[in-house]
Amino acid sequence: MTSVRTGRPRQTSPTAGVAQVLRSEWTKIRSVSSTGWTLSVAVVVTIGIGMLISALTRNEYDTMPVRERLTLDPTFVSFAGMTLGQLAMIVFGVLVVTNEYSTGMIRVSLAAVPRRGAFLFGKIAVAGALALVVGMITSFATFFLGQAMLGPYRAGLGDPGVLRAVVGGGLYLTLIAVFSMGVAAMLRSPLLSLGILMPFFFLISNILAAVDSTKKAGRFLPDQAGSRIMQAVPRADEAPYGPWGGLGIMALWVIAALAGGYALLRRRDAQ
Amino acid sequence: MIELDGLTKRYGEKVAVDGLTCTVRPGIVTGFLGPNGAGKSTTMRMILGLDHPTAGDVRIDGRHYEQLTDPLTCIGALLDAKAVHGGRSAYNHLLCLAQSNGIPRGRVGEVLETVGLVAVARQKAKGFSYGMAQRLGIAAALLGDPRVLMFDEPVNGLDPEGIHWIRNLMKSLAAQGRTVFVSSHLMSEMAQTADHLVVIGQGRLLADTSMAEFVRRHARSYARVRSPQPERLLDALHEAGITVVPAADGALEAEGDKAERIGELAARHGIVLHELSPRQASLEEAFMRLTAGSVEYHARTEAGPRSWGSGRQGGTA
Ligand SMILES: Nc1ncnc2c1ncn2[C@@H]1O[C@H](COP(=O)(O)OP(=O)(O)OP(=O)(O)O)[C@@H](O)[C@H]1O
Ligand SMILES: [Mg+2]
Repeated sequence: MTSVRTGRPRQTSPTAGVAQVLRSEWTKIRSVSSTGWTLSVAVVVTIGIGMLISALTRNEYDTMPVRERLTLDPTFVSFAGMTLGQLAMIVFGVLVVTNEYSTGMIRVSLAAVPRRGAFLFGKIAVAGALALVVGMITSFATFFLGQAMLGPYRAGLGDPGVLRAVVGGGLYLTLIAVFSMGVAAMLRSPLLSLGILMPFFFLISNILAAVDSTKKAGRFLPDQAGSRIMQAVPRADEAPYGPWGGLGIMALWVIAALAGGYALLRRRDAQ
Repeated sequence: MIELDGLTKRYGEKVAVDGLTCTVRPGIVTGFLGPNGAGKSTTMRMILGLDHPTAGDVRIDGRHYEQLTDPLTCIGALLDAKAVHGGRSAYNHLLCLAQSNGIPRGRVGEVLETVGLVAVARQKAKGFSYGMAQRLGIAAALLGDPRVLMFDEPVNGLDPEGIHWIRNLMKSLAAQGRTVFVSSHLMSEMAQTADHLVVIGQGRLLADTSMAEFVRRHARSYARVRSPQPERLLDALHEAGITVVPAADGALEAEGDKAERIGELAARHGIVLHELSPRQASLEEAFMRLTAGSVEYHARTEAGPRSWGSGRQGGTA
């Protein structure tokens, strides 16, 4: 047993505190298996489906109507796996936050870092940075591998709008993950969070898109607005925003989710 | 030092902690005693800034919890041993806590050594027995070498060797001048570790006293006597002004150190005695008497020779 320290001088600046939280959250995130499997599923699924659809598109190119051939967006075709891959990103974002609650660890964590904003945003910064790295790798990999499958119809990174779309794909996956973290911080339960987020991204968008009057509203959902940036070739029936505008709308959703998560975390007892 | 000042916590209609005021001082082990649901854990969560008090205030060494820079270096606590991510190793669990408070990495190995978990440090916590999880929780509490330590029912689920170890640990921490605040619902446990007692029932302070004072005040001594001629014995005792109460097995009990007088009395009247013994009511009984009015969850069957204060119980559902 060590002896009692007598008033150790601690020159901790606020930035030192932030660095400590980041380091701690990094240890947390790298030391649980859910991080590895959710992110690898996201990568594999996105790339796998992207390659598959790209290969199919190449085979069917000759039988496609002329109009479709002319508006073919090879970049977007290679991103076909994003719809499914993003679900793994959602699971990643949800588990990163809710495992604190489902294990009871939240009380240990908040006793160690009582400033709740530092705790939540430290966690989200680390998990978000990891999602950004994985998202970018996924987006570039699925682009290059998808283009390889497309063969003669492929787009190059230097073509107009393509680099923006590929970088945008990485940002899109990151924002999906961070949005899920914000929602999970509000709901705390993994099942509840997934039960709301999965249909939100998988069903609601499609349902709203089915009817003309709700279709316009659907365009402002985070996934629809955000995925606009992944299109390198602009479409005719376009939404009232550009690629970056769409991403901005998605970012607003993310900010709202984070604000809600923070407000509730501050107000609630830790449990 | 931990100072509670009118600390109150309400969950909806339910008052879990009710205007608790007391000071937990350094250099001694302070036992925090109360029956199930008395509000011990809730109080400890408020001390750690986890639950927001409805009213009142709590300070650790003069400061609010959220004002502490690197709180683990001021106060270490074990609330719930199972509150760890089961997929994380003991080492990484402690490492992430250490990093969050700027505690050097080497300290993780030290506390693992202290609690005897070095051999399993790299194993996932979900494989730990309750005793091992308890030790991991204690390691986390010791991590920042804090001046104040708080344990919520640390001996629960431990084997005798583990209990012995924890008792000695708490005593040695107090002997080093630290503040040690430990909850329990077992008076007998506290009698062996605590120097001071804070007793609560239904969230209210019932006693704030030194252990010695508590023993002096509450440990009732009485004489137990059994005779085949109870009528004659009762008459003789009544004549001598000694009041007795019948025990469940037909024996009689007289308050105070009256065994000798009763024996002399019986001899003088030629009454046969089958048993005469001076007794000391256990501290457990004293504790039960003290909290009887505020026990929240009474067992259905009112078993046992005495039902202290039955009919006086608080009216919560
Ligand atoms: N989060 C909560 N929401 C609602 N009620 C709560 C909550 N936490 C505690 N309570 C209630 O507050 C009271 C005090 O509970 P607490 O856990 O603090 O008691 P305790 O003294 O630790 O009991 P035990 O010895 O059983 O651990 C109980 O009646 C409990 O039901
Ligand atoms: Mg408790």
